[in-house]
Amino acid sequence: MGPIDRTPHDLSDWEILTDAISTAIGRKGIRTTDEHRRAREDMDPALYPALGYYERWVVGNEAILCEKGYLTREEIDRKMAELEERWGEP
Amino acid sequence: MGGAMSTRVPRFKPGDRVHVRFAEPPGHIRTPHYIRGKTGTVERYYGDFPNPEELAYGKDGLPPRPLYLVGFSQRDVWQEYPVAGDKVYVDIYEHWLEPA
Repeated sequence: MGPIDRTPHDLSDWEILTDAISTAIGRKGIRTTDEHRRAREDMDPALYPALGYYERWVVGNEAILCEKGYLTREEIDRKMAELEERWGEP
Repeated sequence: MGGAMSTRVPRFKPGDRVHVRFAEPPGHIRTPHYIRGKTGTVERYYGDFPNPEELAYGKDGLPPRPLYLVGFSQRDVWQEYPVAGDKVYVDIYEHWLEPA
Protein backbone atom coordinates (compact mmCIF):
# COMPACT_ATOMS: atom_id res chain seq x y z
CA MET A 1 0.00 0.00 0.00
CA GLY A 2 2.98 2.34 0.56
CA PRO A 3 3.40 5.35 2.85
CA ILE A 4 0.42 7.50 3.80
CA ASP A 5 0.34 11.02 2.40
CA ARG A 6 -0.44 13.15 5.46
CA THR A 7 -0.46 16.47 3.61
CA PRO A 8 -3.70 18.38 4.36
CA HIS A 9 -5.76 19.16 1.29
CA ASP A 10 -8.86 21.21 0.57
CA LEU A 11 -12.10 19.41 -0.20
CA SER A 12 -13.48 19.77 -3.70
CA ASP A 13 -16.91 21.33 -4.18
CA TRP A 14 -18.40 17.94 -5.13
CA GLU A 15 -17.07 16.44 -1.90
CA ILE A 16 -18.68 19.17 0.21
CA LEU A 17 -21.90 18.72 -1.76
CA THR A 18 -21.77 14.96 -1.20
CA ASP A 19 -21.44 15.50 2.55
CA ALA A 20 -24.35 17.96 2.49
CA ILE A 21 -26.61 15.59 0.55
CA SER A 22 -25.70 12.72 2.87
CA THR A 23 -26.52 14.81 5.94
CA ALA A 24 -29.79 15.96 4.38
CA ILE A 25 -31.06 12.47 3.58
CA GLY A 26 -30.12 11.42 7.10
CA ARG A 27 -31.93 14.37 8.72
CA LYS A 28 -35.01 13.75 6.59
CA GLY A 29 -35.15 10.23 7.98
CA ILE A 30 -34.57 8.61 4.59
CA ARG A 31 -31.86 6.39 6.01
CA THR A 32 -29.85 5.83 9.21
CA THR A 33 -26.08 6.13 9.52
CA ASP A 34 -25.96 2.34 9.77
CA GLU A 35 -27.81 1.96 6.47
CA HIS A 36 -25.36 4.43 4.90
CA ARG A 37 -22.42 2.31 6.10
CA ARG A 38 -24.08 -0.92 5.01
CA ALA A 39 -24.72 0.47 1.52
CA ARG A 40 -21.01 1.27 1.12
CA GLU A 41 -20.02 -2.18 2.42
CA ASP A 42 -22.36 -3.81 -0.11
CA MET A 43 -20.36 -2.29 -2.95
CA ASP A 44 -18.62 -4.53 -5.51
CA PRO A 45 -15.34 -5.47 -3.73
CA ALA A 46 -13.41 -4.72 -6.93
CA LEU A 47 -14.87 -1.19 -7.04
CA TYR A 48 -14.34 -0.31 -3.36
CA PRO A 49 -10.51 0.07 -3.36
CA ALA A 50 -10.63 1.98 -6.66
CA LEU A 51 -12.74 4.80 -5.18
CA GLY A 52 -11.89 7.68 -2.87
CA TYR A 53 -13.69 8.38 0.41
CA TYR A 54 -16.49 10.60 -0.90
CA GLU A 55 -16.77 8.65 -4.14
CA ARG A 56 -17.82 5.72 -1.93
CA TRP A 57 -20.38 7.97 -0.25
CA VAL A 58 -21.83 8.85 -3.68
CA VAL A 59 -22.13 5.16 -4.60
CA GLY A 60 -23.73 4.41 -1.21
CA ASN A 61 -26.21 7.29 -1.52
CA GLU A 62 -27.19 6.19 -5.02
CA ALA A 63 -27.77 2.64 -3.80
CA ILE A 64 -29.93 3.78 -0.85
CA LEU A 65 -31.97 6.25 -2.91
CA CYS A 66 -32.66 3.57 -5.55
CA GLU A 67 -33.37 0.89 -2.92
CA LYS A 68 -35.96 3.11 -1.25
CA GLY A 69 -37.58 4.23 -4.48
CA TYR A 70 -36.57 7.91 -4.42
CA LEU A 71 -34.58 7.58 -7.67
CA THR A 72 -34.11 4.96 -10.35
CA ARG A 73 -30.82 3.91 -11.91
CA GLU A 74 -32.20 5.09 -15.25
CA GLU A 75 -32.89 8.59 -13.88
CA ILE A 76 -29.34 8.83 -12.51
CA ASP A 77 -27.79 7.59 -15.77
CA ARG A 78 -29.94 9.98 -17.83
CA LYS A 79 -28.87 12.96 -15.67
CA MET A 80 -25.23 11.91 -15.86
CA ALA A 81 -25.39 11.75 -19.67
CA GLU A 82 -27.00 15.19 -19.75
CA LEU A 83 -24.31 16.67 -17.49
CA GLU A 84 -21.50 15.05 -19.47
CA GLU A 85 -22.87 16.60 -22.63
CA ARG A 86 -23.12 20.04 -21.02
CA TRP A 87 -19.79 19.95 -19.16
CA GLY A 88 -17.82 17.80 -21.59
CA GLU A 89 -16.36 15.41 -19.04
CA PRO A 90 -17.49 12.33 -17.13
CA MET B 1 -27.68 7.84 16.52
CA GLY B 2 -30.30 7.00 19.16
CA GLY B 3 -29.57 8.05 22.72
CA ALA B 4 -28.65 5.66 25.46
CA MET B 5 -31.58 3.73 26.86
CA SER B 6 -31.35 1.73 30.05
CA THR B 7 -33.60 -1.31 30.07
CA ARG B 8 -31.65 -3.97 31.89
CA VAL B 9 -28.61 -4.71 34.02
CA PRO B 10 -25.47 -4.95 31.88
CA ARG B 11 -23.77 -8.34 31.95
CA PHE B 12 -20.25 -6.92 32.29
CA LYS B 13 -18.63 -4.21 34.39
CA PRO B 14 -15.33 -2.30 34.07
CA GLY B 15 -12.38 -4.57 34.84
CA ASP B 16 -14.08 -7.76 33.57
CA ARG B 17 -12.04 -9.85 31.16
CA VAL B 18 -14.03 -10.60 28.03
CA HIS B 19 -13.56 -12.71 24.93
CA VAL B 20 -14.85 -11.46 21.60
CA ARG B 21 -16.76 -14.14 19.71
CA PHE B 22 -15.19 -15.16 16.43
CA ALA B 23 -17.96 -15.19 13.88
CA GLU B 24 -18.36 -14.08 10.28
CA PRO B 25 -22.08 -13.56 9.79
CA PRO B 26 -23.19 -11.80 6.62
CA GLY B 27 -24.37 -8.22 6.91
CA HIS B 28 -23.29 -4.98 8.57
CA ILE B 29 -21.14 -5.78 11.63
CA ARG B 30 -19.59 -3.08 13.82
CA THR B 31 -17.20 -5.52 15.55
CA PRO B 32 -13.97 -5.16 13.55
CA HIS B 33 -12.73 -8.41 12.03
CA TYR B 34 -9.25 -7.97 13.55
CA ILE B 35 -10.64 -7.99 17.08
CA ARG B 36 -12.86 -11.08 16.74
CA GLY B 37 -11.52 -14.02 18.76
CA LYS B 38 -9.36 -11.73 20.96
CA THR B 39 -9.50 -11.24 24.75
CA GLY B 40 -9.55 -7.85 26.46
CA THR B 41 -10.80 -5.90 29.46
CA VAL B 42 -14.01 -3.90 29.79
CA GLU B 43 -13.11 -0.25 30.36
CA ARG B 44 -16.55 1.34 30.35
CA TYR B 45 -20.26 0.59 29.91
CA TYR B 46 -21.78 3.29 27.68
CA GLY B 47 -25.47 2.42 27.95
CA ASP B 48 -27.88 0.52 25.72
CA PHE B 49 -28.28 1.40 22.03
CA PRO B 50 -30.38 0.11 19.12
CA ASN B 51 -28.57 -2.74 17.37
CA PRO B 52 -26.72 -1.34 14.31
CA GLU B 53 -26.74 -4.78 12.68
CA GLU B 54 -30.52 -4.34 12.32
CA LEU B 55 -30.62 -0.55 11.84
CA ALA B 56 -28.43 -1.16 8.78
CA TYR B 57 -31.39 -2.86 7.07
CA GLY B 58 -34.09 -0.38 8.05
CA LYS B 59 -35.30 -2.25 11.16
CA ASP B 60 -35.78 -0.59 14.57
CA GLY B 61 -32.83 -2.37 16.24
CA LEU B 62 -34.87 -3.07 19.38
CA PRO B 63 -34.39 -4.16 22.08
CA PRO B 64 -31.36 -1.93 22.60
CA ARG B 65 -28.06 -3.69 23.23
CA PRO B 66 -25.51 -2.83 25.95
CA LEU B 67 -22.40 -1.22 24.46
CA TYR B 68 -18.95 -1.35 26.04
CA LEU B 69 -15.53 0.17 25.53
CA VAL B 70 -13.10 -2.75 25.58
CA GLY B 71 -9.31 -2.40 25.80
CA PHE B 72 -6.89 -4.91 24.27
CA SER B 73 -3.11 -5.19 24.46
CA GLN B 74 -1.81 -4.47 20.97
CA ARG B 75 0.50 -7.45 21.36
CA ASP B 76 -2.53 -9.68 21.90
CA VAL B 77 -4.06 -8.37 18.68
CA TRP B 78 -1.15 -8.04 16.25
CA GLN B 79 1.68 -10.54 15.93
CA GLU B 80 5.11 -8.95 16.32
CA TYR B 81 3.65 -5.60 17.47
CA PRO B 82 6.79 -3.58 18.33
CA VAL B 83 5.82 -1.60 21.44
CA ALA B 84 4.96 -3.18 24.80
CA GLY B 85 2.16 -1.56 26.78
CA ASP B 86 0.25 -0.08 23.83
CA LYS B 87 -3.48 -0.74 23.79
CA VAL B 88 -6.27 -0.61 21.25
CA TYR B 89 -9.78 0.37 22.37
CA VAL B 90 -12.88 -0.86 20.56
CA ASP B 91 -16.61 -0.23 21.09
CA ILE B 92 -18.28 -3.64 21.21
CA TYR B 93 -21.92 -4.67 21.71
CA GLU B 94 -22.70 -7.19 24.43
CA HIS B 95 -23.88 -9.94 22.09
CA TRP B 96 -20.33 -10.15 20.71
CA LEU B 97 -18.81 -10.70 24.17
CA GLU B 98 -18.52 -13.67 26.50
CA PRO B 99 -16.73 -14.00 29.87
CA ALA B 100 -13.04 -14.79 29.46
